[in-house]
Amino acid sequence: MKKTVTLVLLALSVGWYGCSSDGAKQRAEEAPTDPAAAVSQEEIHGTEVKEVVLSSPLDGAMVKQGKGIYDVKCGSCHRLDETKLVGPGWKGVTSRRKPEWIMNMILNVDMMLGKDAEAQKLLELCLVRMPNQNLSEAEARSMVEFMRSNDGEK
Amino acid sequence: MQLRSLSIFAAVAALGISLTGCKPKDAGSAIASDAAEKVYVAPGKHDEFYNFLSGGFNGQMSVYGIPSGRMLKIIPVFSVFPENGWGYSEETKPMLNTSHGFIPWDDLHHISLSQTKGEHDGRWAFGNANNTPRVARISLSTFRTEEILELPNSGGNHSSPFITENTEYVVASTRFSVPPDNQGDVPISTFKKNFKGYISFISVEPKTGRLSIKFQLKMPGISFDLARAGKGKSHGWFFFSCYNTEQASTLLEVNASQKDKDFILAVNWKKAEEYLKQGKGKIVPAKYAHNVYDESTHSANSTIINEVMTLDPKECPDLVYFMPCPKSPHGCDVDPTGEFIVGSGKLAAVIPVFSFDKILKAIASKSYDGNFDGIPVLKYESVLYGEVQKPGLGPLHTEFDGRGNAITSFFVSSELVKWNIKDLKVLDRVPTYYSPGHLSIPGGPTSKPHGKYVIAYNKITKDRYLPTGPELAQSAQLYDISGDKMKLLLDFPTVGEPHYAEAIPAALIEKNSKKIFKIEDNHHKYAAKGEKEAKVVREGNKVHVYMTAIRSHFTPDNIEGIRLGDEVYFHLTNLEQDWDVPHGFAVKGSNNAEILIMPGETQTLKWVPDRVGIVPIYCTDFCSALHQEMQGYVRVSPAGSTVPLTFSTGKVNPPDPADKVVKK
Repeated sequence: MKKTVTLVLLALSVGWYGCSSDGAKQRAEEAPTDPAAAVSQEEIHGTEVKEVVLSSPLDGAMVKQGKGIYDVKCGSCHRLDETKLVGPGWKGVTSRRKPEWIMNMILNVDMMLGKDAEAQKLLELCLVRMPNQNLSEAEARSMVEFMRSNDGEK
Repeated sequence: MQLRSLSIFAAVAALGISLTGCKPKDAGSAIASDAAEKVYVAPGKHDEFYNFLSGGFNGQMSVYGIPSGRMLKIIPVFSVFPENGWGYSEETKPMLNTSHGFIPWDDLHHISLSQTKGEHDGRWAFGNANNTPRVARISLSTFRTEEILELPNSGGNHSSPFITENTEYVVASTRFSVPPDNQGDVPISTFKKNFKGYISFISVEPKTGRLSIKFQLKMPGISFDLARAGKGKSHGWFFFSCYNTEQASTLLEVNASQKDKDFILAVNWKKAEEYLKQGKGKIVPAKYAHNVYDESTHSANSTIINEVMTLDPKECPDLVYFMPCPKSPHGCDVDPTGEFIVGSGKLAAVIPVFSFDKILKAIASKSYDGNFDGIPVLKYESVLYGEVQKPGLGPLHTEFDGRGNAITSFFVSSELVKWNIKDLKVLDRVPTYYSPGHLSIPGGPTSKPHGKYVIAYNKITKDRYLPTGPELAQSAQLYDISGDKMKLLLDFPTVGEPHYAEAIPAALIEKNSKKIFKIEDNHHKYAAKGEKEAKVVREGNKVHVYMTAIRSHFTPDNIEGIRLGDEVYFHLTNLEQDWDVPHGFAVKGSNNAEILIMPGETQTLKWVPDRVGIVPIYCTDFCSALHQEMQGYVRVSPAGSTVPLTFSTGKVNPPDPADKVVKK
């Protein structure tokens, strides 16, 4: 038994030196994390909305859907009158902002706060980033319809 | 025999001295020269593997990135976790319910990651509770414990939660044999007659993962230590290491170390299924809890089950066989092909390797060496493929590199030893710091190991890190095994006491990792989906607060009309729908923990006020620039007070008339 212990101690004292160097550089190149996998999930913002076509009269179904979403996901911070709560009140928002701007604030808030001067001004005012509330593009479109209705359009 | 035990203790003692007195001079420098580069994961980059570690006596599971050794998460399983409210919130309390009532702690030893066709599929992790026998299933999408099943007729659920190659079964076998639960009042001295070692085969529903005990094998009273399922050609069989075949019930240290050979048990579980179909099973009374967490109601339910199916091998021939294995076997590991079963006798001088083909032949030719309590014992020579000679001292566990080699951990001689499965020759050995228990190779227990790294989880830390008083973090070491020689790359400290761990390619998990719970899918009974649904409802002395949280306020945040003697339930719904925006909730003087609420989720904190006064509440998880403002007040009035129940947020009170008088 003693002999074995001595052998083991000898083995313990043997170290390893010199081996090929690939390591971190190779790993960085291999990028084991697929960046596409991280951004393609539905919770992450979609692509930029470039053009929104509005029609009259208002789409009643969309207004109703927008109201339902407002109650669950928006009403905590936005009043329907001019009062600023956490975010600005919505009265008059459809005359102040283009529908594309509104939809991108809902769907692409990181992009808007990164490059849109008006959005940046609002952040300075409110100090809370407009949260991503995980709306689909169709749902965001219904918000525009609900806002138009809130602004008195028929 | 006692002499031999003594000499082993002497060796351990000698090694202990060497650790403190004369540790290897180059212990700090015995690393590969490019080690730093190999473990460096640049800021913002992700690790290549997830490593799921059992937490041992902390009762949790922890998640590390490999090769960086960075800790990513602790998943609470069997122990309460005040940090996020696990076991404290009303929704999670039922998860820790047992036939003994609520138990806040256990000892989680082993991990199994779910498999399909013998390979990791990234769906679930399983963990065992060693103390009050249970098995847990953890979702690898939410990284949360979804299910806990208690095991009747069992003690010391150590040989668990090992799984079959398509996750058909998770096994749980008893290390501390006990009499059946409903026949327990017997003298301890009647061990051989009355004590049994039950092995539970827990079926896993393929889609949902739901667990249920399919059957329990009623085995003689011995200790089942570890287990592995057969794979490939040996799929349909399960192998269990057994010790205390002496059937001692006292001073096991000596009395369970008498025999030169104990056993590995081979169970033909496909045969067991046939016997069940033939009606050979017997349903017996039992009492055990089954707890399930529902992701849509964000709540757990605990059900007590009152019977269990059992199979008695004495009535079912050709179901189980013992194979002699030197000596007090611990690890029992099956190679990727399913042909070789490696027994690691922790007091043995050799590592025996058994051949599945030879086992089948020995069974066919009835090459028996007597029987143990009526169960045939196969002849050692008939089932042995060969022995690894002089591998080291105190072999415990073996994993496989996928290139025909095995790596075994040696506790007493504190090293990992690589050997070839075919010719049984030792190829390489590296020291560990110090005295490893388990080891893990990514994919190591599957049919397709990834074989790039091996990680040793050590039992002794001593001088590896800055000292932190008498209690030290358990130490792990990462080695590169991609070449002929194993190379030490990294030390990393761990939490709790990791026993077994499994590592899995990140790609199998990260794409499925859940980011939020959709508020539309929240079916919690007390959810407030939007501030319009926020309210306070009194039902006798119970007050339910339907409260919402969003950056950065609670609704309601002013509540009056609570009375002493009330039980207040704060049901917090987080209205956020963005990744990584949890809110927290705490109440001054609450005899409870905080709760963390993930986006879209509802969680409940129960509070019983103990005095009259104004009680602040606040958000505990920094959520925005105005997080400090995320607070509120609750007024507690005496019992029988007539203060009406009111609640609000953002209500501005009219000026006090008294103030006007002063101003005039």
